[in-house]
Amino acid sequence: MSVALNIFSIIAIAAGVFFFFAGSVGLLRFPDRLTRMHALTKADNLGLGLVVLGLLPRADSPLGALKLVAVWLLVQLAGATVTQLMARAARREESAPRSSP
Amino acid sequence: MNEFLFATAGLTLATVAMGLFRILAGPGDVDRMMAAQLLGTGGIAALLLAAAGTGVRGAEDVALALALLAAFASMAFVNSATSNSNADDPEGADGR
Repeated sequence: MSVALNIFSIIAIAAGVFFFFAGSVGLLRFPDRLTRMHALTKADNLGLGLVVLGLLPRADSPLGALKLVAVWLLVQLAGATVTQLMARAARREESAPRSSP
Repeated sequence: MNEFLFATAGLTLATVAMGLFRILAGPGDVDRMMAAQLLGTGGIAALLLAAAGTGVRGAEDVALALALLAAFASMAFVNSATSNSNADDPEGADGR
């Protein structure tokens, strides 16, 4: 049982790190801002969720596992809200008239 | 198992460090703020992995604080960007 849980943790954490890598590559390579924001929020939050999933069997207690899930949910909520705000700011920045130097 | 957790924490930080190229290249401030947000998310994952590897559970609370700080940093940036945009634009959100 312990070996199976370890294998599960290794697979989930490795998948999470892969999605972090995918998010970083998307941030660097995608052509415009909105697609980069999409890569940032979706891939990175999924990566963090997989890392938390892999760490759940290693939690000390049910409350410790609940804290891990709370961290992930907080990052999800913050990421969604902040990305909406940043997308609006990006649109304003693009449409605002350029101040002459 | 602990070595694997430390290795993945280091790998996560390495992928997040790739975001520094976006900070260098820009072109806009929003792009740079995105890289800072990536740093927040990746830092949280690295902290959780390090907490599991070392057994020091206080790092999970540091991860929670980092989540709050990353969110507030982005919101502060959006607030200042909106103020600047309104100053430039006579048809701003205030309608003045």
